[in-house]
Amino acid sequence: MMNSIEQMIAGFEEQSKYPAKAVAKVMKETGKKAVGCFPYYTPEEIVYAAGMLPIGLWGGQTEIKAADKYLQSFCCSIMRANVEMGMKGTYDSLSAVIIPTYCDTLKCICENWKTAVPNNYLIPMVYPQNIRIEAGVTYMMAEFKRVQAELEKVSGRAITEKDLLDSIEVYESYRKTMQEFVKIVNQYPNTLNARTRHFIIKAAYFSDKKSYTAKVAELIAELKKLPEEKFDGLKVVITGILAEPDALLDSFVENNIAFAADDLAQESRQFRTCIGAGKTAIEMLARRMSEQSCSLLYDDKKTRGQLLINLVKENTADGVVVSMMKFCDPEEFDYPIFKKELEAAKIPMLYLEIEQQMDAAEQIRTRIQSFAEMMAKH
Amino acid sequence: MFLGIDIGSSSSKAVILDENLTMLGKAVINTGTGTLGPEKAIEIALSKAGLSREAIKYAIVTGYGRITYAKADKQITEISCHAKGVAFMEPNARTVIDIGGQDVKVIRLDDGGRVENFVMNDKCAAGTGRFLEVMARILDCDIEMLASLDAESTKEIIISNTCTVFAESEVISQLSSGAKRENVAKGAHHAVAKRVAGLAHRIGIRPEVVMTGGVALNKGVVSALSQEIGQTISVVKNPQIVGALGAALFAAEMFKK
Repeated sequence: MMNSIEQMIAGFEEQSKYPAKAVAKVMKETGKKAVGCFPYYTPEEIVYAAGMLPIGLWGGQTEIKAADKYLQSFCCSIMRANVEMGMKGTYDSLSAVIIPTYCDTLKCICENWKTAVPNNYLIPMVYPQNIRIEAGVTYMMAEFKRVQAELEKVSGRAITEKDLLDSIEVYESYRKTMQEFVKIVNQYPNTLNARTRHFIIKAAYFSDKKSYTAKVAELIAELKKLPEEKFDGLKVVITGILAEPDALLDSFVENNIAFAADDLAQESRQFRTCIGAGKTAIEMLARRMSEQSCSLLYDDKKTRGQLLINLVKENTADGVVVSMMKFCDPEEFDYPIFKKELEAAKIPMLYLEIEQQMDAAEQIRTRIQSFAEMMAKH
Repeated sequence: MFLGIDIGSSSSKAVILDENLTMLGKAVINTGTGTLGPEKAIEIALSKAGLSREAIKYAIVTGYGRITYAKADKQITEISCHAKGVAFMEPNARTVIDIGGQDVKVIRLDDGGRVENFVMNDKCAAGTGRFLEVMARILDCDIEMLASLDAESTKEIIISNTCTVFAESEVISQLSSGAKRENVAKGAHHAVAKRVAGLAHRIGIRPEVVMTGGVALNKGVVSALSQEIGQTISVVKNPQIVGALGAALFAAEMFKK
């Protein structure tokens, strides 16, 4: 039994580590076209409804050379990697790329992409600043409809309301399954350690969502047959854009630190908000976005601190790890606010500044180990 | 007998303690990880203690080179070891500022002398011993001479760049426009102090403040830092060996367990 669990995890790891290969494989198997989706949130459901595969473009460990022409060294490492790979032709198999403009860097890329990667069809997207108000929802609906028309051109077919509703059903099933998955991690923290947990979640970006969801559901079912695992390490809630590269995750595993829950843009923020109510599929999608919480989306109530405190309590975690993406303004603006709240709640915190192309992880390793040593004494 | 080894980026330190935690031998060698420095430091500490390697019952390694050093029983981070060493030497210390060759750590201790919180600098060399090495080179003096130059200063030349590379060109242009070396030395010390103070304020400073690490030997930095944080700073005896001492103390504790 354990073997099949190990095999399943190895499959997810393979997909996450070699996205280009995974995407080529799924395109061949399904015969579908693929559309690149830049971070952080795009209406993937519309892409899927058009009979195409939405593929997450989340950078990677690549040497930045060509992208320097467009993005300075003080831009976020995910975006630098995406532009680099676009220019190198890594995304040539994609029929289009959707770029939303959540931050200043994304706004620049949206314009640069047209000349930097001219062969790649660009669908730009603008989200409203005020996502919670009715005008924001109305605007988002109009924007989603425009994207829908663009995607119809790319796929060469009309997207019906039924297509959209079917796609929403696939995505809703994906979100519910993932919500269950991140909970079950707490019962199997040795099998689903910081590293494997990440690979399993990330594989979704390079798969067909329907078959991916079925695989995760199968993994959950297999795990449930096993007794809960004993764990004597630390349990933390991790927050930020993402927790990469591998060396970072390895340091957590080495120091026996498990992720009890996450508030990462690349992970739980993608699937923790369920579909909204609405008369049409497009309205349902817009209502879902208006409920979404993330540093990239304006939050007048500043709820992140309380969200983290709740995650710590619900999952009996020992502390919070801040995985700060270097040069990410939206994340840095949030930090002083939630730091104060976590300190007031007496929740221990570890602050790590990360970059995707981090070659020397020695300092990070020392910080993680020191945190583990500090917590062990308390 | 218990051995603590601290393999830093630019120096290696060793301390040997007996069962009563009395220091029998210590050594500081000015070459760090990836060199023969650690072995030399251990040899000297052993010979000062009049012991052979076999007498060591338990050894702990710490510092930048701790992961690759295979001859110790266990490795512990320099954060924990500096805290341990300071708490042993100065039980009233609540904030430890350690400035080493290429990193800066500020550690807050609780009332039991345990690590309560800590902060480290980024990869960048700003505010570290490396910054002072570069400054000493431009001022054409040994790094040990920086403090005496500073003592002769009449005013502080402000170095506004925190980046070591940019600060180097800034200082060169100051010197070429006639700035006195003494005043530049003072400016360099304050540049380090401002950077470290910023880091220290991130986790909050509680008295008493104790400084460790090689840079603590530079009186100019200690005084500048004390001004920047508005607190008296005491420097422990032999500030360079505090990490190794902490490691040796952990070795004694772990052996008993």
